[in-house]
Amino acid sequence: MAANGYEDVVKGDDAVPALEVQPQELYHAKSFWTRYIFCQDAKVIAVQYSLTAIAIGLVGLVSSWLIRMQIAYPGVIPMDASAYYQLVTMHGMIMVIYLLTALFLGGFGNYLIPLMVGARDMVFPYVNMLSYWVFLLAVLILVASYFVPGGPTGAGWTLYPPQAITSGTPGSGLGIILMIVSLAVFVVGFTMGGLNYVITTLQARTRGMTLMRLPLTVWGIFVATVLALFAFPALLVAGIMMLLDNILGTSFFMPAILEAGLGEQMAYDGGSPILFQHLFWFFGHPEVYIVALPAFGIVSDLISVHARKNIFGYRMMVWAIVIIGFLSFIVWAHHMYVAGMNPWFGFFFATTTLIIAIPTALKVYNWVLTLWRGNIQLTVPMLFAIGFLITFTNGGLTGLFLGNVIVDVPLSDTYFVVAHFHMVMGIAPVLVVYGAIYHWFPLITGRFLNNRLGKIHFWITFLGSYSIYFPMHYLGFMGVTRRYFEVFEGEAFPVSIVGINQFITIAALVTGFAQLVFFYNLIVSVKHGDKAEKNPWKACSLEWQTTEMPPGHGNFEKELPIVHRWAYDFSVPGANEDYIPQNISPSEVSNAQAEKT
Amino acid sequence: MIVPIVILLVILGSVAFHFWSPWWWSEVASNWGNIDSTILLTFWVTGVVFVAVGLFVAFCVWKYRYNKDRTADYEPENARLEWILTILTALGVIALLTPGLIVWNKFVTVPDDVYEIEVLGYQWGWGFRLPGQDGILGTTDINNINDENMFGLNTDDPHSFDDILIDGDELHILLNQPLKVNLRSLDVLHDFYVPQFRAKMDMIPGMITSYWFTPIKTGSFEILCAEYCGTAHYAMLGTVLVDEKDDYDEWLNEQMTFKETLALNKNNDLIKVASKND
Ligand code: HEM
Ligand SMILES: [Cu+2]
Ligand SMILES: [Cu+2]
Repeated sequence: MAANGYEDVVKGDDAVPALEVQPQELYHAKSFWTRYIFCQDAKVIAVQYSLTAIAIGLVGLVSSWLIRMQIAYPGVIPMDASAYYQLVTMHGMIMVIYLLTALFLGGFGNYLIPLMVGARDMVFPYVNMLSYWVFLLAVLILVASYFVPGGPTGAGWTLYPPQAITSGTPGSGLGIILMIVSLAVFVVGFTMGGLNYVITTLQARTRGMTLMRLPLTVWGIFVATVLALFAFPALLVAGIMMLLDNILGTSFFMPAILEAGLGEQMAYDGGSPILFQHLFWFFGHPEVYIVALPAFGIVSDLISVHARKNIFGYRMMVWAIVIIGFLSFIVWAHHMYVAGMNPWFGFFFATTTLIIAIPTALKVYNWVLTLWRGNIQLTVPMLFAIGFLITFTNGGLTGLFLGNVIVDVPLSDTYFVVAHFHMVMGIAPVLVVYGAIYHWFPLITGRFLNNRLGKIHFWITFLGSYSIYFPMHYLGFMGVTRRYFEVFEGEAFPVSIVGINQFITIAALVTGFAQLVFFYNLIVSVKHGDKAEKNPWKACSLEWQTTEMPPGHGNFEKELPIVHRWAYDFSVPGANEDYIPQNISPSEVSNAQAEKT
Repeated sequence: MIVPIVILLVILGSVAFHFWSPWWWSEVASNWGNIDSTILLTFWVTGVVFVAVGLFVAFCVWKYRYNKDRTADYEPENARLEWILTILTALGVIALLTPGLIVWNKFVTVPDDVYEIEVLGYQWGWGFRLPGQDGILGTTDINNINDENMFGLNTDDPHSFDDILIDGDELHILLNQPLKVNLRSLDVLHDFYVPQFRAKMDMIPGMITSYWFTPIKTGSFEILCAEYCGTAHYAMLGTVLVDEKDDYDEWLNEQMTFKETLALNKNNDLIKVASKND
């Protein structure tokens, strides 16, 4: 029970810290254009970010159906190997960068950070607005690459040179150039938003909102943004260097090689393809956590609110996020165990990688211990949180296979890897996204999403995606290589892999179409959903304590809230209600108790 | 009620699939059986954790389902429990990492008696080179590559001419002979992978990578390119046959040396160089 040295955070205190920064004058929109289109209100920017990310995410989703059709039922949908590789590449890139990164940071970050820390808006609203428009430009460039001669790049989302810019790869002309330009523009746009999220969290917290009282959602998004600000530059420089190799004929990544198909020798010499991989994964591994940490934070809050119990081990949860964030920068080469680097690196990177498993495991323990002796409401957000727990545990554990260098040797570049990363950074975070949307939809629109449709959506999505990826690990054990346009049943594999592939494809199509239920729910509920009263889930964090719901311009009415406690005072013994919002002081609580008796 | 039951079924179903589904790896055909054992060990450790977490969630969801007359416990933290869990997890990690690194150490320590051969990858096919009589592979340079010298052998290296060149997708190797494959690429990344040998390594233009193994089973195995290398990546297949001594020698006798291929191409200039070196 004891929370040594932590009582003031947990129990709350009456003190009202002095105002350190004078409130800033808010920008007020005057016309339709500045209110809804070129809007500087983070809440509107959040919705813009989210809708754009989801729209391009649909392209990624439909691509995955086509990929799966080709794998299990080749010929039903006519496509050649080039088209297949372009679909795989675009699917991966869209899902990781343009959907999940944009949605978690640009979407949830924008909506929740100012509200949860008790600020009226982001600290640099104008730059924040630009961030969205630059992101939109990046998406449009990406879309444009579908329409250039040769089509979009088919280099795989890892864009490894030399292959990415040589003629044996689809889209090695304009496709790859537009891809890199789009990524560069994305990084620019992200940096504008990212600086906002970080500085708002550090500088614009309301009085009493110490760092150790922040909801874990904010911690997750905050640390993820810091990671992104450090990681994206590596991608940016790698992209620019490859662009120079491609356009100006420099040789950063290009050794002396022949043109595809034993052709002429190309005019490159002395570059290092492995250097690109180091740069890429110096970005790419933290990227996994850029997607995962916000999900960690959000799911902590979902579990706590809907189990009516404080998050277990809050301080440990915060430190785990910070430590994971730090460690994520020294594990990148676990993606390169069989990439031909010095084998001695294997010892170092296997060790760091398995160490990261410890704080990650602690987070899982703390989530499930939060359920222990809770009062669990099986609302739709809670269902998605449970789905996350199962899929994330599964995906995290298979990471112990791939991180342990010698085990990675047979499994690398097989479907085991595809199964692992989809479980851990595809399905698990997407389940959290859904849980979060069902949870915060009432805050954003004032209405609930339909509960029955939500449950149908949950069950099909959870069971469906588990059926897609669980069996896929076993394809990997058999050695089935990924990124194969056709898997020949020859000497390598038994015929039975055809059956398993067909099963996976059917599961993928069913799961995919179940998302239509969600979109239907989303569209219909905006206008016709059940009306939500204020703070419908009886949550403690500040976003629910605004005077109006949905919160208006400036988030809070005249006065900013003053914070007296952490965001998890659920089921406090002796309190009248099973939750005490962050802005309620201890004396208000005891007065209320006195009145009751 | 339905939620905990479904969670339970998902967990039990996963375990059942693991033990009873027909999908499992093919028998190992190299000395790397201890990679399989490391995987199995990892399965046990992680499997126990997965089942424990899953059952715990199912239990909580059933036992602590919402009841408006009950309130949840209030327990912000529990330092003792958190420490115990940290230490247990650390022990689990050590239990996985130690054997893993021991086997990795074997994997990267090449024994002295290995027979070295070269595997060449290009878009999209394979080539193989054996050291020939002198037991030493000749040096190569990409600038030497032409129609008659696909491997780019240095003609001023005396070790080059007796090298046996196999321009095709089929390689024979000798049973129980420790083998080191030196990997080379002419254009983009490739990866020499035979599922039954359990080992793989990328092939990188501009440098030579390698790994070693000992084939312990005769038979025919499929070579797969395991690093995406462009449009025909999926078709970059080959075959490796593990032979007993007699079969192997028979095959070897039919193969041509660099010098012989030059003769076939009637490249007299180079043959002169070659003869001088004999
Ligand atoms: C139901 C949803 C999804 C299905 C059915 C699906 C299916 C697939 C398939 C079949 C591949 C090709 C694997 C290969 O041959 O290497 C693939 C690749 C990939 N997917 Fe997904 N996926 C889904 C969702 C996601 C999500 C949410 C993410 C976000 C992290 C994601 C990220 C990726 C990445 C990064 C690749 C690798 C692309 C590459 O090899 O270049 N996918 N997916
Ligand atoms: Cu990684
Ligand atoms: Cu390949």
